[in-house]
Parts: sequence; C-alpha cells; structure tokens
Amino acid sequence: MATDAPPPSKEQHRLPSAEEFAEVQQSAEFTELRRSFRSFAFPLTIAFVAWYLLYVLLSNYAGDFMGTKVFGNINVALVLGLAQFVTTFLIAWWYARHAAAQLDPKAEAIKSRMEGAE
Amino acid sequence: MSPAQQTILAAGEASEHRPLIISLFAVFVLATLVITVWAGRQTRDAADFYAGGRQFTGFQNGLAVSGDYMSAASFLGIAGAIALFGYDGFLYSIGFLVAWLVALLLVAEPLRNSGRYTMGDVLAYRMRQRPVRTAAGTSTIVVSIFYLLAQMAGAGVLVSLLLGITSDGGKIGIVALVGVLMIVYVTIGGMKGTTWVQMVKAVLLMAGALLLTFLVLLKFDFNISDLLGSAAEQSGKGAAFLEPGLKYGATGTTKLDFLSLGIALVLGTAGLPHILIRFYTVPTAKAARKSVIWAIGLIGAFYLMTLALGFGAAALIKPDEIIASNKAGNTAAPLLALHLGGTDSNWGAILLASISAVAFATILAVVAGLTLASSSSFAHDIYANVIKKGQADEKQEINAARWATVGIGAVSIVLGALARDLNVAGLVALAFAVAASANLPTILYSLFWKRFTTQGALWSIYGGLVAAVGLVLFSPVVSGKETSMFPDVDFHWFPLENPGLISIPVGFLLGWLGTLLSKEQPDAGKYAELEVRSLTGTGAH
Repeated sequence: MATDAPPPSKEQHRLPSAEEFAEVQQSAEFTELRRSFRSFAFPLTIAFVAWYLLYVLLSNYAGDFMGTKVFGNINVALVLGLAQFVTTFLIAWWYARHAAAQLDPKAEAIKSRMEGAE
Repeated sequence: MSPAQQTILAAGEASEHRPLIISLFAVFVLATLVITVWAGRQTRDAADFYAGGRQFTGFQNGLAVSGDYMSAASFLGIAGAIALFGYDGFLYSIGFLVAWLVALLLVAEPLRNSGRYTMGDVLAYRMRQRPVRTAAGTSTIVVSIFYLLAQMAGAGVLVSLLLGITSDGGKIGIVALVGVLMIVYVTIGGMKGTTWVQMVKAVLLMAGALLLTFLVLLKFDFNISDLLGSAAEQSGKGAAFLEPGLKYGATGTTKLDFLSLGIALVLGTAGLPHILIRFYTVPTAKAARKSVIWAIGLIGAFYLMTLALGFGAAALIKPDEIIASNKAGNTAAPLLALHLGGTDSNWGAILLASISAVAFATILAVVAGLTLASSSSFAHDIYANVIKKGQADEKQEINAARWATVGIGAVSIVLGALARDLNVAGLVALAFAVAASANLPTILYSLFWKRFTTQGALWSIYGGLVAAVGLVLFSPVVSGKETSMFPDVDFHWFPLENPGLISIPVGFLLGWLGTLLSKEQPDAGKYAELEVRSLTGTGAH
C-alpha cells in the first residue's frame, strides 16, 4: 500500500515570496482546503478523545458494569477495550480516504501552481 | 543476589543457556553494526544525518516508527503488567495506540511540510528564533532523557537477569555497554543507520510476538475465553482479574492517578521528539501519513498480541514465579517463552534466548532513536541557531551533533546506572506526561492558532515542563514510598504518580494566557507562510 512513494526529489523548487503566501492564504481555493481539513480533523479529534476518556472513566468508576459477562469469560470491559482498537483502525482508514479524495488534489493544485509560477 | 535472581538462576535457565543467549545478542549487535557502518558511508550532508536523506518510503518509515515506539515498556512492561494485574495492564496499550490518531490527524503531515530536521523548526517558524529554539531544545532533551532512563533501566534489569549477572558492577557494565552502542549507532550511522536498525528490530519484535501468541493460543485450542478463564483462575483473583481496578481501583487517589496516566498517554505521543523527527525521513506529507497508518496497524496488532502474552503468562506461570523473577513483572514475556518451549527442553532455552535477544534489540533501537532526537535538537536548534546564530555550516552542525551524542550518551550511562532499579513503564509514562505538557500545546497552537506569540510559546513550553517535572519531583515516584527513587526520605506532597492531569492543562492554559498578555503582535505574514506550507507542502524540504 505504501511502497509507491515517489522517488526522492533533490531539485530545488522556487520558493514563493511572502506576498504570494499571503495572497494564497486569502484565496478561496486555500480557504476551501483549510475548511475541508479542519471540519474533518477537529471534530473527529474531539470525538475520539471523548470516546477514549469515556472508556477510561467507565474503567475507573463503573466497575460493576464493566465486569458484566457478555459470553464465556469475555466481559464488557474487554469488549469496550477491543472496541477502542477497532475505532482507532476505522478512524485511521477513514481519514486516509478523506485526505486522498478531498485534501490531496486541492493541496497538490496549490503547491504546483505556487512552485511553478514565475 | 536478590531472591528474584535466585529463582531464575535456580531454574537453571540463565546460567546453563548463557552462551546461547550471549551468541544471539552478539549476532544482533554485529548485524546492526554492519548496517550502521554501511549507512555511515552514505551519510554526507545534514539531510542525510538528521533525516536519512528523506528517501524512505511510507511503509519503511511505518516499520521504523513502530520500531522507535514499541519500547521495553511496551514489550516487557505491558506483558508483565497484564500478567500481574490482568485487565489494568491492558489499559496502557489502549492509550499508547489511540494516541496515534492525534499524530495522524493533527501533527504528522503539517510537521513534515513545514519543518526540516527537528520539532523546534516548526515551533520557532513564526516566532523569535533564539528563545523558542532554546526552549524547544531544552524540552526535547528533557523528554528524551526521561525516556532514555527508562530504556537503560530496562536493559539493566533484563540483561543482568538473563545473563545471571548479579553484581552492581556487572549491571552498570551492561548499562555502559548499551550506552556505548547507542553512541556508535548514532555518530556513525546517523538517521539512516538508526532507521534501518529500527526496521530490523520491528520485524524481529513482530515475529517474536507472533510466534509466542501462536504458541499460547495453541495451548488453549484457540479458545480465548478458556485462556482468560485459566488466567483468572491461576492468578488467584478470579473474575476480578479480567475487570478494571486491580492496579488502579484501590482508592480515589489511585483512580485519579489512572485518569492522569490515561490523559498523558493519549496526548503524549504526538509530542515525543524522537517520534516527530521520524516524519522528516520521508519525501512528502503523503508518505508521512502512510507511515502513521502503517504504524497504527503494526502497533495495534502488536498490542493485541501482548494481550495473549500477558494473559498467557498469567495462565501458564504462577504469579509468584513472575513476581520472584522481577517485581514489576518485566520478565513475564521471556519466562513465558521458556515455559512454552518446555522448561526442561532445549526448545525452551532457544525460545527464551530468542525472545531475550528481541527484547535487547528493542531497547537498542529505541535508545538510538532517542539519542538521535536529542543530539539533533542540540546541534540544529541550540548550537546552529542559538549559539552560532544561524552562521554554522553543515559540517560544523553535524560535528556538533556527533559530540552531543557522545555527551548525551555519557549522561544517560551515568543516570541509567543510578536508575537501574526503577520501574520501566512508570518512567516512560512520565516522559509521555512531560511531552504532552511541554510540547503538544505549542505544536498545536503554532500550527492552528493565528494569534499565538513567542511569549505564549515560551510560557507553554517552560510552564508545562516545570509543572510536569516539578510535580514528579514531589510525587511518590521520587520519595515517601517503598517503591520510590528515595524510599528513605519523604518530601512528597503531590499524591499522584503521573502529573498529566494537572501539568497538561497548565501547558495549554499558559500558552493561551502568555499569548493574551503579550505585547508583541503575531507575525501575520509568517503565519500565512506556515499555514500555506503546512497544508499544501509548498516549498517543503
């Protein structure tokens, strides 16, 4: 999956001027990229930290509930712990998909225009 | 000789199979030295030394990140904690894993896009260089030394136990040997050598864990419920062994301590300098993202396997035997290997030796990463940009990094020798707390908060650092308890062992307050540059 990183590029790109950076930062295209990144990453971060803290607090203060047997010797605590693993994997996958579809094309367009412009 | 060592020696394993264990250690050390020399010959400029030439692929770096992250605390510490405390040991691994999402979503890619070699590059980007780089260098070195101590202590415990070295002189000798090896890896091999050592170690560690997990599950016909049942029964604690609370549920204070630990673990990873500099070894932010995705997969799989190892050790070995071998349970995984192979067969000895060699490899790879992070930061942030005010050439900078490596190696040999009896997982948790308090707030504010100023950055880094280290100093970790660093004196007044609950909010709060109260205006132009670069990769090195 990740063996297709591009070959190392040693050539020097043109570094845009301060004015160009300021201009791009104000552009609609960049604003859209920032919105697309922040509106995905920020709420998701809050959500997974909250979900993790909920799990820590349940472990701390809801021992009886966590000890409830689900099947065999598997209890709620273990199921919720494994659920943390599952949600971590899912969020990582979901972000990778979002970034590839929504962020990379926008970022790439801005970058190549800025570095290519003479 | 402690009773612990007597037990393991009495079992006859360590002394009898010492030659085998030593040969496997030697093979690993020789192989890594060959890699190091080979990598050293390809290290020409600063980008090679600090960032391995930025030529690694996402997958390779994902392996190396895993190798950098899964330390002695993960392998020996968590397996041991599960073996002794059941479910509560598992709580560590969850925090260690979930933490990667912070790195993935908020830190890895912007950092890769806007920095060159160190964490300080990003923190100082739009601030006054000298004060902020000094602060970033200081906190990098403090966090790395805390973490190094844990690894050195782990090496001392593990190697001396397995080789049957019991004298203090012998243990100090082991710590010194680890220190000298890490100096050699880093000064000669730089980031390139370190990365390859970490990749090899990651493969060995995954293979070792996979083999043990398979053997444990085989014993229980792949019935996990049976495995858990036997573990609970053998532990003598019954169903409570599978529920939260055995380690942290005793009192209101221990519960708060657990909350503090949990917060430190989940917020610490994305502030660990030795992890952050790994993202500079790939060519693009996209490759940095792939590294983290791979790392999450590998690390997650590994922590799932530690469940089998920990509960397997609890089910197959009497808890007394584990405790007798090492009070903190650090030798549960090697003991499990011995039992799975058969205590009276050669297979047991071979398995024990292999798993011990893997643990040794684990420690060496992590200490190399830590040493590189701190010497890079010293050379690039403090020497080149503060002392030489940006006038040093690359050669001088790399030379400074090499000398810093020798210095940091020497310091950690001395401290590691002093800390050789401390609890490994506890020390690592402290490093996470310091990283989360001093580094993470400034990283996030720098990247995402337009108004953030130099004063905010300084208050946050130094405030978080002083709060975290200060609270540890006056906690039961240092004094007042039997398990403390200084058990005979008592000057503790802070009740928790982990400072994160207080020091992390302090770090965030001070960064905000310092910004609001500062007279200088934030540099809007520099922020525009940082923001555009961090999100698009324009002008990335």
